[in-house]
Amino acid sequence: MSYILDIQNVNKTFGGLHALSEINLQIEEGTIHAIIGPNGAGKSTLLNCCIGRLVPDTGTVTFNGRNMIGMQPWDINHAGLVRVFQTPEIFPDLPLLQNVMIPALAKRDGTFKFNPLRSLAQENTIRDEAMQALADVGLDSLSDQHAGSISRGDKRRLELAMGLVQHPSLLLLDEPTAGMSRHDTNRTIDLLKQIKERGMTKVIIEHDMHVVFSLADKISVLAQGRIIASGTPDEIRGNPKVQEAYLGGAEL
Amino acid sequence: MILVIFTAVVLTAPLWAKLIGAGYPDLLQKFAIFGLFAIGYNILFGLTGYLSFGHAAFLGIGSYTTVWSFKLLSMNVVPAVIFAVLLSGLFAVAIGYLSLRRTGIYFSILTLAFAQMMYNMAYSVLTPITNGETGLRVLVEDPRVIDRALGIQLQGVPLGDFFGITMTGYSAFYFCAVVLILGFWLSLKIFRSPFGMKLVAIKSNQTRMEYTGFNTRPYLLAAFVISGMYAGLAGSMMAVTDPLAGAERMQWTASGEVVLMTILGGVGTLLGPILGAATIKYFENIFSAFNEQVLNQAFDFLPDVLTHIMVTITSPFVGEGWHLTLGVLFMIIIIFIPGGLVEGINRIGKMLRGSKPEAEEKSGEEAVQSVEPETVAKGDAS
Repeated sequence: MSYILDIQNVNKTFGGLHALSEINLQIEEGTIHAIIGPNGAGKSTLLNCCIGRLVPDTGTVTFNGRNMIGMQPWDINHAGLVRVFQTPEIFPDLPLLQNVMIPALAKRDGTFKFNPLRSLAQENTIRDEAMQALADVGLDSLSDQHAGSISRGDKRRLELAMGLVQHPSLLLLDEPTAGMSRHDTNRTIDLLKQIKERGMTKVIIEHDMHVVFSLADKISVLAQGRIIASGTPDEIRGNPKVQEAYLGGAEL
Repeated sequence: MILVIFTAVVLTAPLWAKLIGAGYPDLLQKFAIFGLFAIGYNILFGLTGYLSFGHAAFLGIGSYTTVWSFKLLSMNVVPAVIFAVLLSGLFAVAIGYLSLRRTGIYFSILTLAFAQMMYNMAYSVLTPITNGETGLRVLVEDPRVIDRALGIQLQGVPLGDFFGITMTGYSAFYFCAVVLILGFWLSLKIFRSPFGMKLVAIKSNQTRMEYTGFNTRPYLLAAFVISGMYAGLAGSMMAVTDPLAGAERMQWTASGEVVLMTILGGVGTLLGPILGAATIKYFENIFSAFNEQVLNQAFDFLPDVLTHIMVTITSPFVGEGWHLTLGVLFMIIIIFIPGGLVEGINRIGKMLRGSKPEAEEKSGEEAVQSVEPETVAKGDAS
């Protein structure tokens, strides 16, 4: 059985705190895999270990057969592993269109390209790709606005567009609907379902159970740095250990 | 379009500069040279946000290289300028490579340290190359191998030469003006290129750029080297218009001056740095020449007592006190219009345009609202 992402025996401690213990997680290609768990369970730490922001103490993270540990963030991106952040990480001084053109350029130009004499006005393909990605998330009407001036929910959708425009083979989404209205949340769910049909694998960290159960093919539950359960949505719903972790833990 | 207007304004400078009392070729040369220095500096500071405090070092390297080219090869300015740009670029690669390992204030301090080191070396151990405190000059007995081979003799005062055109007075200004226009054209291209957009994105959120798939350090190094080469070119122009190179050109005050010019005019804007450079050089050369006599003439229309009062009030701000006026102007701009002179001009333009539609319809109100977030975003950035 081959997995697109294979996390083996990952441990991470911060001082005396065991943030992740013996994490084993396999993501199948073409699926949506949700990671849920109470606050402080280690969900974001796990994602950070995958994209090179944190280096795990032990263990391996293998993506498409390549070891990701110790790789530079830009190389991980070009390997096809892209993350959408929990707090919007955008370019606030640039218009929305340029915010999306930049990841599209990264996909085309690689980690470095020196082309000071080329005009931006000639980048029609890149601009069209960026406009399409903005239209996908419903932000095309704001394309000339500065990204720093839009609402928090819009910033989250902008980030999603920045991830989608790169057509990654695996997209890591950290609470993609946090801070969105119910209406926008439903639109985002529809969008993610549509993208699934294009064959993009996704890992979603989410608090909103409505989102998790309407999207995920598989769910893993993280509590106190350990994976306590993994399975289909139906298996997870009936699992007593999961119910205990949630009732004994933080808010659902 | 903007390039055409810019070219026209620069080439007609001798005509309009007379109106503001700056119609001297020496001063116009300074406008062009420091404008070029500031344009280049803006490519680093304005686009990437990396504040270098050591760009005067490249100015010095450009000047010394030019004078050495005059001494060893030829009084022709073309090889001199080419060598100056290449050598300052080479130094920029080395200094940039080391300094860009740090960001923020540490980067600034590293660049400052490198520049001060070179300044001190120019005065001490490098005296055989720089001629120390006296400064490096062109002498009649210098080898000038190319000129000798072509049978060109140095006559009288050594001056730069562009295929028979002597670099003095207005011909020197026009040489600087053409170089300035080319420099502005290149800066315009960089601003409007994907490369330039990526530099602004690094300023906006460098970490995000790395997770977006860009290795940011080569981008920063490229911007650093380009701006270093502009500084070298400006330094070379100084030596072309006056074949003399002194170490004081590399002092930290010269590095600070280009920062002031850029901020005064408008960081990250196309025209701001040139406006800033021209403003500072204007104050330095024209305002500092005002004395009580000039003031007496200016307030002559008032009754005698008032004339006396006005002259007493204003005299500390002119002549030797021109730094005071510049300081006050600088504070006013930083506090009230952080976007510099360019933002000030834009605001005035908007006020003039905005007052018309408001009188006709409410559409003016909407226009103001749609503009507001943009200015907020800019305010955050600064």
